[in-house]
Amino acid sequence: MTAATGLPGAEMRAPAIEFRGSAIIGGVTVFDGLCLVIPAGQWTCLLGPSGVGKSTLLRILAGLDDDIDGDRTVSTNDNMDLDGRVALMAQQDNLMPWLTVRDNVLLGSRVRREPADMARADVLIAQVGLADHGHKKPGALSGGQRQRVALARTLMEDRPVVLLDEPFSALDARIRAEMQELAARLFAGRTVCLITHDPGEAARLGETVYVMGRSGLTAIDPPPTPVIRPYDAPNVLACQGQLLRVLREMP
Amino acid sequence: MTRLVGVGVVVGIIVGLWQALVVLADLPAFILPSPMRVGQALWGNAELIAGHAMVTLTEVLIGLGLGAILGAATAIGLAMSPLARLVVRPMMVLSQALPVFALAPVLTLWLGYGLGPKVIMALLIIYFPVTSAFFDGLMQTPRGMLDLGRVMQGRRWQIMRHIRIPAAIPGLASGLRLAAVYAPIGAIIGEWVGASQGLGYLMLLANGRAKIDLMFAALLVLAVMTLLLHLGVDRLCSYVVRRQEN
Repeated sequence: MTAATGLPGAEMRAPAIEFRGSAIIGGVTVFDGLCLVIPAGQWTCLLGPSGVGKSTLLRILAGLDDDIDGDRTVSTNDNMDLDGRVALMAQQDNLMPWLTVRDNVLLGSRVRREPADMARADVLIAQVGLADHGHKKPGALSGGQRQRVALARTLMEDRPVVLLDEPFSALDARIRAEMQELAARLFAGRTVCLITHDPGEAARLGETVYVMGRSGLTAIDPPPTPVIRPYDAPNVLACQGQLLRVLREMP
Repeated sequence: MTRLVGVGVVVGIIVGLWQALVVLADLPAFILPSPMRVGQALWGNAELIAGHAMVTLTEVLIGLGLGAILGAATAIGLAMSPLARLVVRPMMVLSQALPVFALAPVLTLWLGYGLGPKVIMALLIIYFPVTSAFFDGLMQTPRGMLDLGRVMQGRRWQIMRHIRIPAAIPGLASGLRLAAVYAPIGAIIGEWVGASQGLGYLMLLANGRAKIDLMFAALLVLAVMTLLLHLGVDRLCSYVVRRQEN
C-alpha cells in the first residue's frame, strides 16, 4: 500500500531535474541563461518578485510551454522525460464546481479514461481531513478545505515530481501553516518545486532555496534542520529574515 | 406569489389600455377588436385554435430540439478542431448575411407544405445563436482547468467531455434561452409562406376572411405559447446550471 501512504512507488523514483535556457513569450524575453537545479526527492523553494518568470519556469517543467519560445533543455538524472511524471497544484484550487470532492480527486483517471480507484481516493480524502465531505461540491467548502481537495487530487496522481505554484498563498496564516505541514508529510520523498512569495514558507519547507531575480538565481542556505521546520524556531526565523533582506535588496 | 400578482397586474394594465384605446379612439373592430371580442373569439374557437396551436408547438419543439443538438454538436466540433474553425466559421458568419426568412419560399418549394419546412426554418433560425453561445463558452474554459487536464495527460476528447463541456453549460443555456424565443418566429414564417395548419396559417386565414378577432385570438395564443416556452427553457436551464454547483 505504498500508494495510499502518499509515497511514490519504487518504479516512480523521484528524479533530480536540471533546467537551462531561456523563455520568450510574445517576443518578450522573460529570462535568459537561467540554470536551475532541483535535487531529487526534496523540497526546492523558489522566491522572487512578481514578473521574473517563476511561474513561466514552472509551466515549462509541467510541459505547458506551447506559447513559450526560447532555447532550453530540461534534463533529469534518470534521463527520462518529465511528461507524465509531474503533478501540478496552483494558487487557484481549479476544482470543477460541477463535480463532488471525490470526483474532483478522481479527475485524472476520468480524463485518461482509466478505471477510477475509489478506495484510494477515499483514503486520500481522509488523509487531508475531509473524510465527511467526499460527496459535497466545492461550492459548499471553505477556501482552506478546497485547497485540501486540490492537495488530495495532486496526491491521487501519484507523480514523482510535484510542482506547486503558490498553493497556500490565498489561505489565512493558520490554515497556511497547517497546509504546509500536511503537504510536507504527504509529498515526502517526491521531488517538489514550490514557488512562493512567503519567505517564512521557504524557510520552513525549503531543502534548497533560490531567490530568482532579473539577473538569475541566488542560492540561499536554508536552516540545517530537517523539514518541516517549526515556524518559530530561531534558525527558521533568521532564514526568513535573511530571505526578506535579499528580496528587498534586489535591483 | 408576489411574482404572480405582478404578472396579473401587468396583464390587467395592458388589457385596460387596450380596451381604453378601442373605446376612446373609437376603433372599428376590423382594425383592433376589443379584448372582450378577442376573448369571445378565443372561447368560441377554442378547439380550432388549440388544434392549430398544437401543430405550431410541434414544429417549434422539433425545431428547437434538432437546432439545439446540431448547434451544440457544431460548437463542439469547432472547439475541437482548429481546421474546422478556419473553414466552417467564416461560412457560418457568411450564412448569417442571408436573411433566414428569405429561405422560407425555397424550403416550401423543396419540401412542400407539411411539417418539414417549418421545422427547418425554426432550426435554421436558432442554429447560429446556439452554436455561437456554446462555442464562446467552450473557448473560455478557465486556463487553470485546462492546464490541469493537460498535466494529467488527459485525452483531448476526455478533456472536452469532463472539463470544457461542463464548464460551458452556462453558455449553452444562454443560447437555448434565446432559441426558445426565436424558434416560434421560424415556424410562423414557414407557415405564412405555405401551410394548411398552424397558428401562422390560421392568422392569415382569419385575416383573409375579415375575422380580425380570430386573428388576434391566434396571435394571443402564440404570444402565450412563446412566453411559456421561454419560461420553461429558462427554468430548465437555471435548474441545470444550479444543479451543477450544488
